[in-house]
Amino acid sequence: MKLNRITQNQGQQNSAFTDSLNPSVSRRGFVTTAGMGLGLVAMGPSLVREVKAAESGANPRKLKQIKTICGNCAVGCGFIAEVENDTWVSIEPWFEHPINLGSLCSKGAAAREHVISDKRLKSPMKLEGGKWKRISWDTALSEITDKLQKIRKKYGPDSLMILGSAHHGNETAYALRKFAAFWGSNNIDHQARICHSTTVAGLANVWGYGAMTNSMNDIRNSKSVMVIGENVCTSHPIAMQHILTAKEENRAQIIVVDPRFTQTAAFANKFVQIRSGTDVAFIYGLVNIILKNGWEDKRMLEDRTYGFSNLKEELKRYDPETVTDITGVAAEDLEQTARMLAENRPGTVIWAMGGTQHTNGTSITRSYCVLQLVLGNMGKAGGGTNVFRGHDNVQGATDLGVLSNTLPGYYGLSKGAYKHWSNVWDVDNEWINGRFANEKIQHKVGFTVARWYEGVLMDAKELGQDENVHAAFYWGHSTNSQSQMDRIKTALDKVELLVDIDPFVTTTSILPDRKDGVYILPAATVYEQAGSVTNSNRDIQWRNQVVKPVWESRKDLDIIIDLAERLGFGDKFKKSKNGAWKELPEDITREWNLGMRTIGMTGQTVERMKRQQDWGHVFDLKTKIAEGGPVDGEQWGLPWPCWTDKHPGTHILYRTSIPVAEGGLGFRARWGVKAPDGKTLLAGSGSAPVDSSINEGYAEIKNWKTDLTGKVFEEAIAKGLAPYGNGRARFNVWTFKDDPVPKHREPLHSPRPDLITEWITYDDVKDHYRVPTLYKSLQKADWFEKYPLILSTGRQVEFEGGGNSERNCWWLVELQPEMYVEIHPKLANDNRIRHGDWVWIESPEDTDSSPSRIKVKAKITRRVSPDMVYLPIHWGGVMSGVDLSDKYPEGYLPYGMGESANTVTNYGYDRITQMQETKTGLCRIKKA
Amino acid sequence: MATSNTTIPTRSAAGPEGKHAPARMKFYVDVRRCIECGGCEIACKNENDVPPGIARIRVVTVNEGEKGETNVSVPCMHCSNAPCVSVCPVDALYNRADGIVHVNKETCIGCGYCLYACPFGAPQFPKGSPFGKRGVMDKCTYCAGGPEEAFSDKEREMYGSNRIAEGKLPMCASVCATKALVAGDAEEVANVVRSRAAARGSSSGAWGMSKAYNN
Repeated sequence: MKLNRITQNQGQQNSAFTDSLNPSVSRRGFVTTAGMGLGLVAMGPSLVREVKAAESGANPRKLKQIKTICGNCAVGCGFIAEVENDTWVSIEPWFEHPINLGSLCSKGAAAREHVISDKRLKSPMKLEGGKWKRISWDTALSEITDKLQKIRKKYGPDSLMILGSAHHGNETAYALRKFAAFWGSNNIDHQARICHSTTVAGLANVWGYGAMTNSMNDIRNSKSVMVIGENVCTSHPIAMQHILTAKEENRAQIIVVDPRFTQTAAFANKFVQIRSGTDVAFIYGLVNIILKNGWEDKRMLEDRTYGFSNLKEELKRYDPETVTDITGVAAEDLEQTARMLAENRPGTVIWAMGGTQHTNGTSITRSYCVLQLVLGNMGKAGGGTNVFRGHDNVQGATDLGVLSNTLPGYYGLSKGAYKHWSNVWDVDNEWINGRFANEKIQHKVGFTVARWYEGVLMDAKELGQDENVHAAFYWGHSTNSQSQMDRIKTALDKVELLVDIDPFVTTTSILPDRKDGVYILPAATVYEQAGSVTNSNRDIQWRNQVVKPVWESRKDLDIIIDLAERLGFGDKFKKSKNGAWKELPEDITREWNLGMRTIGMTGQTVERMKRQQDWGHVFDLKTKIAEGGPVDGEQWGLPWPCWTDKHPGTHILYRTSIPVAEGGLGFRARWGVKAPDGKTLLAGSGSAPVDSSINEGYAEIKNWKTDLTGKVFEEAIAKGLAPYGNGRARFNVWTFKDDPVPKHREPLHSPRPDLITEWITYDDVKDHYRVPTLYKSLQKADWFEKYPLILSTGRQVEFEGGGNSERNCWWLVELQPEMYVEIHPKLANDNRIRHGDWVWIESPEDTDSSPSRIKVKAKITRRVSPDMVYLPIHWGGVMSGVDLSDKYPEGYLPYGMGESANTVTNYGYDRITQMQETKTGLCRIKKA
Repeated sequence: MATSNTTIPTRSAAGPEGKHAPARMKFYVDVRRCIECGGCEIACKNENDVPPGIARIRVVTVNEGEKGETNVSVPCMHCSNAPCVSVCPVDALYNRADGIVHVNKETCIGCGYCLYACPFGAPQFPKGSPFGKRGVMDKCTYCAGGPEEAFSDKEREMYGSNRIAEGKLPMCASVCATKALVAGDAEEVANVVRSRAAARGSSSGAWGMSKAYNN
């Protein structure tokens, strides 16, 4: 939703639109194959009568059609790229793709612009004496590696921070994580940290896996859909296809819970306006009503969960009046919502950043699990927790461990983990150990995306490592997606070496005020490199390369290998237990197939993934199972766990109604057989997947995580057993010392200072991911007097993340030309602000000496409530009212520039994962 | 591939010309499905090389940010009795046999009468080069090119792609995120609308909860 709905109104826009067409790209003429003969009767158009002109003869030009996967959000849409002479000339819908049926949103439809945009970075560049200078790849990489070696020698391997990317395919993500291990540091992280880290930690600790349990397609089976803290229409538009089908064909009740009346809320049967950050209280309000009325699934609670009595104890604090006071939701709305969920089962709960980006984010995500367990919606078609993830491969990059707290496959950082992966990498474990500064730091979690810059700014004595950070790699990652951006800028000013690797010039390169030490390297887009990608619902799809990397850009994988070679460990790096890499990226797929035992990324062979591309039409839209053909019985995307190359994949996690061989599972027995209180953690009698040789709970099978031969999996499946055991979902996560059971805690920047003593925040933590993290000592009761408005952020449909790619596509910028702040008419009128006025947004000092501020235009709308303002997150190029245009290399000014919301988002980090609290902050506004 | 449970019997009133009678091409915008994602707008730009400032199709939102918020994707509706065709002083606008309304840019004088006549805001007037090939009046072609020879460079340059001649439907409808924008022969489009009506039911059905819950 743009500020004004008329494109002529582009007040602060740079006027580069008119000269932006790329005339060098030729267009196609004619395609002989008509692609419309599909059975999309209810869903789409079909053209039955022949059109006269269609018979007018074939055009001699033949375009190459290449099936590929969209590189924007995690829905995982497919489309067909048409190529002539290695030039991408058009897009055709892939109607047979079971997830999107040919559909694309504005971002997907603009995919070609990512490649042909004249703003693509054309060669490596270096900042020298305050000027951008074009250099060769060889010069760039040799200078960078020389500096890295010097920094390493002087300060040790932990002085490098790598910010990886959720836009990297699985093979690249895996290689980058491997690179960090070979470099000898855990200081590597990516966008998942600030996206769904609290979901991953929350869910993994409740029932074993930290991922979306069902799928986009499975929503077609739902009878109710509760969307909380997510705006599907803007963030995952194509998923609406499935939600609307559920609404139309199942009469599914759509409930939208959000502080804003979102575009999705317009499609809801019920809209519940909640105060930002009060999700746990809201969910517990619902759970109390469900329990009071006896609507809970007693069998699920009895046989498949642990800690229900602990939960009931906590639930006592959430009587209806209290819940209404905290959340702002009226008692009758709570009652009605609970009834709708109870009467319309199975139901699914969908969430995204609105649920995750909070200081108690891990509690919030677990509270959603509580609701679904109590309702008995887990392990069922149409139920589940459908976590909508952000980037196209954020699930894959998470799985492959581009994180500072684990190696690939959630093996962690223990000695055993490094041993397992050294085995897969076919390198001497001792050599890997020797790459690290010391043994202790090798097994200690590294800096996160959210706070890495404190590693530069703080005194080394305050940090959880001996030395400061002196070099940073931003590799397919925006700076404007992280909160407290003004602090990041200061860190970027200070590091010795800053390397930005991206298809476009990003905010990272232009933010710092410095004269040298910055390199920007042109990476290929996702469409210029092949590999597999994992969508939000664990489907792993093969993405074909559309064209060769344009200009001088290079594939990310090639850059990683080049760096490894120049740093002297290329030979060790380019091989695995399968042998030396020959075919890339396929041999890397085979490498992770070998090692990714824990989550069953073992059966998705290159051959199976590529084969599925041709058989989309045989997969059922509701079950995702293929009927007939060579893929008979397979599930689309071979969703993990897909234990062996015969296994069909697991569409729905924790489903016991089908055998393990067909994708059945119980909850994971991840925490032993007995809890500290002596109660069993194994599922009750009769609660195993059907055809199980043990029809009750059982512990994990011995060696299932480290046996590389696959025998353990095969034997377990033959007996109907899940390799990871059959355990119980935990309401009580005893290892989370502060919140064993999810608790409501007021946001750090609470608009209700009267509640902060009862719904208390956390104690400060001295060393959390190597940085001190403040809670109680920072929180001030009088903030609210000075900053009386809730500050929340979110997405626009045309852009994604930091928007560095999309703001360089003029088609998208034309639709969404400028940054704005959403303000309710009452708030605007009280502050004498009119639509289109410039306003200052100011936020608390937090750890700085002065407030942070941005200058944006006011969009007056009733979408927000009068006590809050809302900022889109994708903008960059302007900071605190200062236009940074002159800092861009010549010719690379993006079409869309504006203030970054994250300049004013507040301090505040999740107690478990360091997730930034950007959905609930405080601010004040004044007319500029 | 799953389809709707609704069965619509096929009519075979082909008439004397049989199935070879020209189709009657229509757009239908399902306002209960359009989510304002902008896919149609971008797809059109990509397919037809539409220059900046020209919106051959545009999503309009009514009651933005409030209850009753509704989105409508608005291309040229290719009216059967098109007001633009009626008012054009030089007969540059015309209906093809299949109902598609085209403009002949070589005849068009850019007077703008069609803009007055059109109820949908379809006629567009490119800026920059008023005497250029695409500088007169530009509009949605239903991805059917123009009066020039199909697939010729001249047609591509002046009007954009010709998907209809390729046996394909307009790009906007082909990629619509929620299948809100439906295009095709009017008979087929009507069948899509019918099957959706059948699936949705009456006021107590999928879209009638406002009555049940007074929400």
